[in-house]
Amino acid sequence: MVNGRRVSKAVKGTYLALIIAFLYLPILVMIALSFNKSVSRAEWTGFTLDWYAKLLVSDAILSALKVTLSVAVTAAVVSTVIGTLAAIGMHAMKQGWSDLMVTLSYLPMTTPDIVTGVSLMLMFVFMKVPLNGGTMLMAHIAFDTPYVVFSVMPRLKQMDPNMYEAALDLGCKPMEAIVKVIIPEIKPGIVTGALMAFTMSIDDFVISYFTSNTAQNLSMLVYSSARRGVEPTMYALSTLMFAVVLALLLVVNRRNSLEEM
Amino acid sequence: MNKRIVVLVLAALVALATLTPVLAEAEKPYAGTTLTVCNWYDYIDEAVIGMFEEETGISINYVNFTTNEELYTKLEAGAGNYDVIFPSDYIIERLIKDDMLEELNYENIPNAQGLLDWIKNPDYDPDSVHSLAYMWGTVGIVYNTTMVDDPVDSWGILFDKKYAGQVLMMNSIRDTMGVALKYLGYSMNTDDPKALEEAAALLIQQKKDGIVDGYFVDETKDKMVAGEAALAVMWSGDAMYAMEKNDDLAYAVPMEGSNVWIDGMCIPKGSQNKEAAECFINFLCREDIARMNMDYIWYSTPVQAVVDGMSEEEFNDATLNPPQEVIDRCEYFLDVSDYYDIYEENWMQVRIAR
Repeated sequence: MVNGRRVSKAVKGTYLALIIAFLYLPILVMIALSFNKSVSRAEWTGFTLDWYAKLLVSDAILSALKVTLSVAVTAAVVSTVIGTLAAIGMHAMKQGWSDLMVTLSYLPMTTPDIVTGVSLMLMFVFMKVPLNGGTMLMAHIAFDTPYVVFSVMPRLKQMDPNMYEAALDLGCKPMEAIVKVIIPEIKPGIVTGALMAFTMSIDDFVISYFTSNTAQNLSMLVYSSARRGVEPTMYALSTLMFAVVLALLLVVNRRNSLEEM
Repeated sequence: MNKRIVVLVLAALVALATLTPVLAEAEKPYAGTTLTVCNWYDYIDEAVIGMFEEETGISINYVNFTTNEELYTKLEAGAGNYDVIFPSDYIIERLIKDDMLEELNYENIPNAQGLLDWIKNPDYDPDSVHSLAYMWGTVGIVYNTTMVDDPVDSWGILFDKKYAGQVLMMNSIRDTMGVALKYLGYSMNTDDPKALEEAAALLIQQKKDGIVDGYFVDETKDKMVAGEAALAVMWSGDAMYAMEKNDDLAYAVPMEGSNVWIDGMCIPKGSQNKEAAECFINFLCREDIARMNMDYIWYSTPVQAVVDGMSEEEFNDATLNPPQEVIDRCEYFLDVSDYYDIYEENWMQVRIAR
């Protein structure tokens, strides 16, 4: 019996190790190569930070970084406002309507990115809107908003439903009640939602690729480097993007687990 | 009471929805004289862009594309707002057919005079009405002189069992089918299904005999530099790069002929800044600028003055500056979209063969 347990523990351990290796080994290899002196993947010729230094002087990379950050920040702010208001609205609806709206807001999250990207592109083309940084921003707001809605909703459900009415009884106007009572109560959810939105926006390639022709973010730049050979600068760039997204997700997770406590 | 909140929220949503385009407007990257240039990644010396901006006050919004087909799709969607694009030969032909390119006004591009004579009148765009060459090169065989004793002057060496497991082919439908077609004596642009079937059969046999080590694009350079294979089909620019890293490598364009390719500069229909775009094209044709780009990209330049100014070593380098007789036995890729499905069918057979 003891033996059997040990075997099952070993199996579990190997399984977990395998899964982690499959998920993270490729990224580790890329991170290692970003420090490789040689341009070639075939040989390791020594440690260098040159590729990271090169990132800082390339106009192409810096302008793509500017696009990525400005779109991510704007999209996070706008979608946080829209998402929070939408969540409060949905929460206040009658059960049936509320359920319908919640399901509808789930849709963009479960639709494959490529479907979202292509359909947004078709819509913009149909409306004769030129595909540029503006359309990319609108697309990012569209796919960011559900993430905000779904991190704000649980906080609203936890909230004592009488608090809003109590605020009104004590002389608040409805808008005041929202700002002074509801928003502070759901603030942790809003911040988590904003961080999620920001992360998703930095991370996105597919939707940006379809919705923007004349503005290029970092992931689009990495993709376009494929024809002339991916150089180590791109490994360095991808490593940094991976690190930023990982850090943000860790913050989000930590906030979530603190909230549960 | 709850209804009020709902109304408020809806009002806020509507307000935001109307605000969003305003935000987008502020983001609009091209106002007045901003040129949006869509080029291959890492296909220009970045200093050139800075010099152009300084000299003309025009600012450049520089974006990249990955494949010709992708560029075509983006233009076809009708939503592209590019001012200058850099498609390859056969896509230029297709864009002209579909009336998607502006005619160039040569009064604004005096430097176009200085291009190589043979490049001024390409098959895909007679008299260069819509396009000018930016970079060009050939397709050929890179071989490791320590591993190959036979003379490399024919595509036939790629099908020689002696080099089993030593040959790298290109994972690119036109290039690889083209190699087989040329070896069999057909045109690389053939529309004859029999010829394509023969070419596919040849490639399948090559695979069955175990001659091919693999079909690659990007990894080929690395593998040749590392000495992992003896022979590889490669673009001349990539070949230059590999030869720089490994002295044992050499490059040859087989006697049966090959592909000469050109990446051109065009102005798509719908450009709002046609004259500024022509100014940019003219700038890229200038001798000092073309020289900078050649040094950076390592592909062949179409500018005569740059060729004249080459060092003797550069001039005699048949990879960088292919002699006229090599160019004469090569042909352009032309647009085969009307019978592309035959190409794809046969290519599929090659890819799935074991």
